[in-house]
Amino acid sequence: MRGDRREYVLHTIEERGIRLVRLWFTDVLGNLKSFAISPAEMENALQDGMTFDGSSIDGFSRVQESDVLALPDADTFEVLPWVDPKGAEARVFCDIANLDGTPFEGDPRRVLRRNLAAAREMGYGCFVAPDVEYFYFAPPTPGSRPVPLDEGGFFDLTSTDIASSLRKETIRTLESMGIPVEYSFHEDAPSQHEIDLRHTDALTMADGVMTFRMVVKEIAALHGVHATFMPKPLEGVQGSGMHLHLSLFRGEDNAFHDPSDPYQLSTTAKSFMAGLLRHAAEITAVTNQTVNSYKRLVPGFEAPVHVSWARNNRSGLIRVPVPKRDNPLATRIEYRSPDPACNPYLAFAVILAAGLRGVAEGYELPAEADANLFEMPDETLAKLGIDQLPPSLSDALRAMERSELVAEALGEHIFEWFLRNKRAEWRGYKTHVSQYEIDHTLRSL
Amino acid sequence: MTPRADDPRPDRPIAVHPDPAPIDLARTLDLSGHAWKAVRSPEALERLAPEGGWGAAVVDCTEDPEGAWAMCRALRELEPAVDRVLVLVTGAQVDDLATRDHLYRDFCLAPAHPRELDARLRHLVAEAGDADPSSIIHHAGLELNLETYQAACDGRPLDLTYMEYELLAYLAQHAGKVVSRETLLSRVWGYEYFGGARTVDVHVRRLRAKLGEEHAHLIQTVRSVGYRLVQVRHSR
Repeated sequence: MRGDRREYVLHTIEERGIRLVRLWFTDVLGNLKSFAISPAEMENALQDGMTFDGSSIDGFSRVQESDVLALPDADTFEVLPWVDPKGAEARVFCDIANLDGTPFEGDPRRVLRRNLAAAREMGYGCFVAPDVEYFYFAPPTPGSRPVPLDEGGFFDLTSTDIASSLRKETIRTLESMGIPVEYSFHEDAPSQHEIDLRHTDALTMADGVMTFRMVVKEIAALHGVHATFMPKPLEGVQGSGMHLHLSLFRGEDNAFHDPSDPYQLSTTAKSFMAGLLRHAAEITAVTNQTVNSYKRLVPGFEAPVHVSWARNNRSGLIRVPVPKRDNPLATRIEYRSPDPACNPYLAFAVILAAGLRGVAEGYELPAEADANLFEMPDETLAKLGIDQLPPSLSDALRAMERSELVAEALGEHIFEWFLRNKRAEWRGYKTHVSQYEIDHTLRSL
Repeated sequence: MTPRADDPRPDRPIAVHPDPAPIDLARTLDLSGHAWKAVRSPEALERLAPEGGWGAAVVDCTEDPEGAWAMCRALRELEPAVDRVLVLVTGAQVDDLATRDHLYRDFCLAPAHPRELDARLRHLVAEAGDADPSSIIHHAGLELNLETYQAACDGRPLDLTYMEYELLAYLAQHAGKVVSRETLLSRVWGYEYFGGARTVDVHVRRLRAKLGEEHAHLIQTVRSVGYRLVQVRHSR
């Protein structure tokens, strides 16, 4: 190699007149956190990291000490495209360490790194391509319902114009930030859009999802529009999912591909799928982490409810897309339950852990469920051994709490903190008296 | 260190084709004080290459155009490539230049006036003496400054990550050549890198996205072999 990452970063700061470097990292719930340093501090930061008080970050606080180190990952250093070139800013993702330099166990990026290292031990590299759905709404006011842009009157331009020009601008920005887009389109629901990202390694993609959410929101906000990744903002129409296309590679080869199999799926792919299916309930709290997430996972809206797989049945939890042409590299599976409000680092980590458990222990893949499961009576489903995903955050937390797999994948610190935080969320929700109850019972009871 | 094609070493001799060199050309070269060697064929070009490579080349296309253009291509494919190439063409051949834009840096109409030829030769060799242009690669609207790690496309700075920059720099330093994924992995990422050639594909895709629709095609996929930075035109 000719150059050096640090030198590259420092030269770029100098040459591009970077005024601020934003250190990005993620809290346990998947919120992007950031603090800015001056260019002069960057050399030091690259060398020794930057100390900051972690106690204000969700999930970072610990009893003993609260100071942690942000270690910039120089590979992710990038000039931000949307700032005035005269006062350019750059960002860099950070890993979080304890003051003694050991990995900080509250850092989601570290959790994913650790799980990817375990995959690497087994000889696998993990690639992910998410299809992210979201809504554009008028800026919300407290207490009001979301107003889709498609409901006329909000803009002088027709709503399709503004929404598609927003989406186009978003895609341009994403591409200029090295996040290539595969497809994008207006989804079924009013004001709902989908952007499909091209696959890349899991760590880069988790960083990419963080950047993606920020770019979508920023660009919408610049035009006075509110973009949301809330899983089910509108009743009666589709919610927003983040289907994940997954594959494992062993060096050059797609470890999921086997040309001799009728499904073109290798034994590895099948036991990976079996692992995901067997542990699906345990990891759902992580892939679908809000109370609202479970209002998306209901029958009738193309969101999975049943723990099953099929080639072309969109009611299943795992879909095996049939590659358009005979391309070994394109063989992959699509895990359909996650929503875009998850923490991508933690979601990728538990999905990988579940799948790899199946591979390591040679789980047997159950039969394909290609009928429409929504139309099957419960007894038939039970006979077929098809379970349902947890119907609420509370159920999901109960399944997670018993899972030694999730505890191991997340590490004790995040596992405990996450359960505590989410139980509190559930308690808060449980005590809330909703409009539904008022409408349905106030007069009749 | 990757060898740099444009290393400015004034003492490196100029390759002259054909062999023997046309008498007027030989005289101009001698009078200007350039070190030079005549080469008959691409094989000779490689065999006679001085240590450190050729400094530049002058190719006379007037007698045997096919052989001459083949020589230009051979100059490109050398390791390190020679891209300071001056071609001599007849008035009738001027039309051929457009399609061979990537094979030469400058041209001179034959028969050449000795003073013009001398001036062009000096310019060709002296370009190396600019403010360290050895570290600047120009290629079809791309500009890479290897000293400052900056890349620009049609004058617009490209915001690249380190690995994207390294990948582009490697391809640009081997412009026109197909570079295999394996070579890119070992030369750009280093052998210790885990992740296989998929990593290269993914980074190429990202680079194309950043180059934008207009320039994405500059990086060409050569199926089941690797990638090449295509030569469109020389942006000077």
